[in-house]
Amino acid sequence: MGTSRTDERKTTYREALREALREAMRSDDRVFLMGEDVGRYGGCFGVSLGLLEEFGPERVRDTPLSESAFVGAGIGAALAGMRPIVEIMTVNFSLLALDQILNNAATLLHMSGGQLPVPLVIRMTTGAGRQLAAQHSHSLEGWYAHIPGIRVIAPATLEDARHMLAPALADPDPVLIFEHGVLYNASGEIGPPAASADLDHAAVRRSGTDISLITYGGSLPKVLMAADELAVDGISAEVVDLRTLRPLDGETIAASVTRTHRAVVVDEAWRTGSLAAEVSARIAEGSFYDLDAPVERVCGAECPMPYARRLEEAALPQPSDVVAAAHRAVD
Amino acid sequence: MSPAHETRTRTTAKTSEAPKAAKTPGASKRVRKSDGGSAPDRSGAAHRRDLLHAMLRIRRFEERCVELYSAAKIRGFVHLYIGEEAVAVGVNEALTPDDAVVSTYREHGHALARGIPAEAVMAEMYGRTTGCSGGRGGSMHLFDAGRRFYGGNAIVAGGIPLAAGLALADRMRGQSRVTCCFFGDGAFAEGEFHETANLAALWRLPLLFACENNRYAMGTALERHQAQTDLALRAASYGMVSWAVDGMDAEAVERAAHRAAEGIRAGAGPHFLELRTYRFRAHSMYDPDRYRDKAEIERWKAQDPIERLTDRMRERGELDDEELAAVESRIDDEVGDAVEAAERAPEEPAGSLLRHVTSAPTEVG
Repeated sequence: MGTSRTDERKTTYREALREALREAMRSDDRVFLMGEDVGRYGGCFGVSLGLLEEFGPERVRDTPLSESAFVGAGIGAALAGMRPIVEIMTVNFSLLALDQILNNAATLLHMSGGQLPVPLVIRMTTGAGRQLAAQHSHSLEGWYAHIPGIRVIAPATLEDARHMLAPALADPDPVLIFEHGVLYNASGEIGPPAASADLDHAAVRRSGTDISLITYGGSLPKVLMAADELAVDGISAEVVDLRTLRPLDGETIAASVTRTHRAVVVDEAWRTGSLAAEVSARIAEGSFYDLDAPVERVCGAECPMPYARRLEEAALPQPSDVVAAAHRAVD
Repeated sequence: MSPAHETRTRTTAKTSEAPKAAKTPGASKRVRKSDGGSAPDRSGAAHRRDLLHAMLRIRRFEERCVELYSAAKIRGFVHLYIGEEAVAVGVNEALTPDDAVVSTYREHGHALARGIPAEAVMAEMYGRTTGCSGGRGGSMHLFDAGRRFYGGNAIVAGGIPLAAGLALADRMRGQSRVTCCFFGDGAFAEGEFHETANLAALWRLPLLFACENNRYAMGTALERHQAQTDLALRAASYGMVSWAVDGMDAEAVERAAHRAAEGIRAGAGPHFLELRTYRFRAHSMYDPDRYRDKAEIERWKAQDPIERLTDRMRERGELDDEELAAVESRIDDEVGDAVEAAERAPEEPAGSLLRHVTSAPTEVG
């Protein structure tokens, strides 16, 4: 296609997700993809482009705009031994299927006394940054992380986009994958899979000694930028990527705080009742005596996401906000 | 309710043979053609005796539940099926052990008809280890994976999309199985029904929509919760074969369910049965039942499915008092044994609380 050799090794977050889907469908004929525009359109965000041609309309299944019905159908198909991957365009739309996710997918195993595991994977986009306004931009993964019975993951890197799907499919319980919309075009070379195919552990993305910056998903690149800025100021920041929002890897969080004695939690969702609140509470519960400063939080503004670029930027955590919070904790 | 409605119900029963719609003309032809072939096998006295036994078993089980609830032996929301037995028993006759059943919170009758032992259902009401859901479900969440009985859904219409998924899996693997989804007229108002009916008809899923129209959505009468009370007519608009059936006649239900199941197995896509029935008791044990008058209940009790079948059998000389007493005695023993076993069964230890939240084993201290 006229691309150079170097370019061919480069990939994007979107392509990494697609490659993971392709691999899953090639290796297990129980796996199929179902959702809005996943087939002929190639996926609302282009993730499944080309899969219809390779696997056909039975396994790359366009659905009506009926979130509750096709998520519920995914649950039923999983109960019957299939391995469905359901794509919902955005987390905002997933609320139309919340009953199925919470009252069925997360609950059936327990309600049935262990008889009915639901090996279902649901993928959806989350987050803001593309001026899509209030009904396409919210970060509600923290709500899902509230629910026992499901696993919630948020791949932030190319490696995780490429390698977290296989263990998600191998999990006998429902796994929700949150893909931040601003990450789809992120590009680079994919590292080795060994350390990445893990749904139980947070990852330390950058080591540091002065402060722990704890985040996940779409905020990770911003937090890494903030860490770079802090390094210029002589502050050594450790960056922890939660990766799995439920169950939380409390040990990695605590170990980091034990090393650095300070923490900033960065979460694009609303501050009140957020996942950042949960992480902060865990630090207070388990690492209180290791702390040299109060835990800081940098979260999304408490308003519906606005359209105007300047307002949207103001509503979201920015690297400068993280730097300022870190300075408050360290200085 | 006006007497006119009852006339209409009876009229509907007579016309229930005719499909209201079919996605393809071939589908309805296949359905009609199968009619003659299978009917004789199921019209004998022995078969009617089985139907009667199955209905009486559900009735006596639930009457015992009322006593146990009053004695505070079982708790929670208990929704009785009394009056609707012909539906569970008739539909079950059309299903094989390979088929799947998705049920609602009013599911004792479905569970028993499906073959879940009375002991396992009763133990579940007691919240015991030996209950069919290990004590975590109670009356509203009965499950039996081995018998492909998928609950037990207490969110009205919540089981309908799930049933579509079970049917989809069969369809994708080329298995000739039927998924039967029970739900009520109340659930017919939920978006879940519309979404799933559209999906099932679009994808021609092997799904039997068994709508138990008992005329009440909790405490709200059909005329007060449905803009168009002819539910079969509305279902037909999705391109499904749809019939209204006299749900107080076990044999009529069985015939309709059998034809629908044959059509589904033949690849004609989803079928819809509006099973016009009535619950003799309140919505749940909590419900004071102030929203309907006694005369209406009495009119429907005159259509009691158990009495109707008993009368029919007596008229044909297929049943005498002695035989009936023997059936009743067998059921008494079975229900009595179930209660006794539930009383004796161990309770789940509190330490097992977090078991089955996820598949990974977890215990609390």
